[in-house]
Amino acid sequence: MTSQPHFSFDGSQIPFRPGQSVGAALTAAGVRSWRSTRRGGRPRGLFCGIGVCFDCLVVVDGRPNERACLRLAEPGMEVSTQEGTGHGDLEV
Amino acid sequence: MPDVVVVGAGIVGAACAYYAAREGLTVTVLERGTVAGGTTSRGEGNILVSDKEPGPELNLALASRTRWLELAAEFGPDPFELEEKGGLVVATSDPGAAALTRFAEGQRAAGVETVAVSADQLHDHEPNLAPDLPGGVLYPQDMQVQPVLAAVSLLAAARSLGATVVRGEEVVAAERGPDGRVTAVRTRTGSYPTNAIVNAAGTWGGQVGERLGAPIPVLPRRGFILVTEPLPRVVRHKVYSADYVENVASDDAGLETSTVVEGTQGGTVLIGASRERVGFDDTMSVAVLRRLASLAVRLFPFLADVRLMRTYRGFRPYCPDHLPVIGPDPRIPGVFHACGHEGAGIGLAPATGRLISQMLANGQPDIDPSAFAPSRFAQVTA
Repeated sequence: MTSQPHFSFDGSQIPFRPGQSVGAALTAAGVRSWRSTRRGGRPRGLFCGIGVCFDCLVVVDGRPNERACLRLAEPGMEVSTQEGTGHGDLEV
Repeated sequence: MPDVVVVGAGIVGAACAYYAAREGLTVTVLERGTVAGGTTSRGEGNILVSDKEPGPELNLALASRTRWLELAAEFGPDPFELEEKGGLVVATSDPGAAALTRFAEGQRAAGVETVAVSADQLHDHEPNLAPDLPGGVLYPQDMQVQPVLAAVSLLAAARSLGATVVRGEEVVAAERGPDGRVTAVRTRTGSYPTNAIVNAAGTWGGQVGERLGAPIPVLPRRGFILVTEPLPRVVRHKVYSADYVENVASDDAGLETSTVVEGTQGGTVLIGASRERVGFDDTMSVAVLRRLASLAVRLFPFLADVRLMRTYRGFRPYCPDHLPVIGPDPRIPGVFHACGHEGAGIGLAPATGRLISQMLANGQPDIDPSAFAPSRFAQVTA
């Protein structure tokens, strides 16, 4: 029996089934939000779940604005909460 | 019976409706599609003086800018994301820098605020600009609005003054009395009795003019815009390359591109600008997108690592002499045109609406409208 694959989310390990999206795996693991909005800092997670609303944005392997509902989970992926635009490094 | 029927609920139609209602006229706006669904929503929402050479259009732009500031204060607080961000025009070559300096001197003499920016000052204004640019000119008067919000605000204000806005009504003809004057405008579903019709159909103003029996030469000039993912404040001004002004005034039918980069209050960065005369062909062109993206990266290298979220495209309404058509049509008494503003419709809308309302109310125009008269075209004779 093979062990279930995992990716990391803000340091903890999230299990997923092959073919599952990052958003689905996070939600199944009880994580409901993984982004804060740009102005109000409000929590956001899955909303439409089909790639349209851009609400479920998350940082994957250092890259912000990935849609968690579309991005397939992969073993060893590093997923982290996105603060605002996720591009704070570009601030001038 | 309405005193005036405005055809088109884009930014110019909305401004015409608002100022006419303010004159005490009874206004009906007919829109075949959706409010701001045409060219109004396909640009960047700019209110520019920087790209205009001295002459009637610049005078109209300066007056219109003042109207925009008034409207924002009147409709406030923050009714349509008006931002006095300023424009920064950058030269990309030494001869280009010299030409830009001469251009700016002429504008300054015509009442435009200009600030020369040397190569080593560029980054004080725009820290993310490429390091090797020869200099530029800052235009503090350039502004931006969210154009859809602006059109909706103007229409809402017009309605509160008694105007009516009807969607899903496509104009097919003008009805005229025995004396030749307009008596009604006919749509696909009915007829609206009126003494005056304002053709504010933007890029489709040529077609609407024809249906009214008053054709004018307004034609589409296609443009694409790229939209990045939301970013922090990475671009402070409207920043564009000096060759933009040449392109705007060009009569070339082929693809022309210049670099235009600016942020929005939503956080996205908008990248333009392309110009093509391909009729109303709205086919996506990856080649154009690629060219715009690579030009933008040359001006702002950090954009190479930023992702695009989407693109959009639309049609600027241009006339052969690049001036809008504002005023009464000499062939059909009661028909007025307010279209053909090319890429400057947002900026020029309030002054246009005010001019039209003054003409409708038989008042004295506060701006000389002669350069915009429909009768300047050879095909337009009474």
